[in-house]
Amino acid sequence: MSTVTSEVLAIRTGDDVVRVRQGVRTAASKAGLSLVDQTKIITAASELARNTLDYGGGGTARIELVQEPMRRGVRIIFEDQGPGIPDVEQALSDGFTTGRGLGLGLGGSKRLCNEFRIETEAGKGTRVTIARWR
Amino acid sequence: MDRIPILKLGHSLLVTIQVDMHDRLAMALEEDLTQKIVSSGAKGVLIDISALEIVDSFIGRTLANIAGVSRMLDADTVVVGMRPAVAITLVELGLSLPGVRTALNAERGMALISRRVAEADRDGAADAPDVHGDE
Repeated sequence: MSTVTSEVLAIRTGDDVVRVRQGVRTAASKAGLSLVDQTKIITAASELARNTLDYGGGGTARIELVQEPMRRGVRIIFEDQGPGIPDVEQALSDGFTTGRGLGLGLGGSKRLCNEFRIETEAGKGTRVTIARWR
Repeated sequence: MDRIPILKLGHSLLVTIQVDMHDRLAMALEEDLTQKIVSSGAKGVLIDISALEIVDSFIGRTLANIAGVSRMLDADTVVVGMRPAVAITLVELGLSLPGVRTALNAERGMALISRRVAEADRDGAADAPDVHGDE
């Protein structure tokens, strides 16, 4: 038996990024992640929510609390209908940025998660799925 | 609009970040601190982040900017009270906070600033050209 409880949050403003962080914190704590693992997944979610806002022109974050027989944890899916990422490989390398950030968002976030997947299409948008397991 | 309070304590300005920082708050803090350094002639800025559960690249950049601007205005910035889980996460994220000095707690941070002010006073009295240089 697997249970997935989820909530979808809109990402339209900087305040929404803070709300995503709070939602992930709640789910990560319920999933029983250690303090360090909670901090890692909240930080990764904060980076990606900001990417959704700054590069995707806004979108949504779906926060899932996953309770399966073999694993418990948090999964977050960020979706936008923005321009997409032309070169994912390049976007994942440290130091790469097209915006005003430090260029650590994608590559850095990947290191903080157990699972990390990007689906993107030019002109259609981007979906980033991350997870951290107990 | 919310603002983060800035306290003056001797030669230093003291800022305790207790809320989840969003963009406007971070920018307001940078502006307020800059003005306060000039108006008060402060030699040090102590930023206590012990209440922060996470530091992402946005907050990290804000801290680095504050340190950079303070240095331009002849004040040293010390970030104190970073939680262990935050330190672990920052390193893994790849954010090393360049140019930002850290101390374990507020007491050590203040000691660091006081020491540098004393050094500057001594060197200043001798009319040394580089009053803030490292030894």
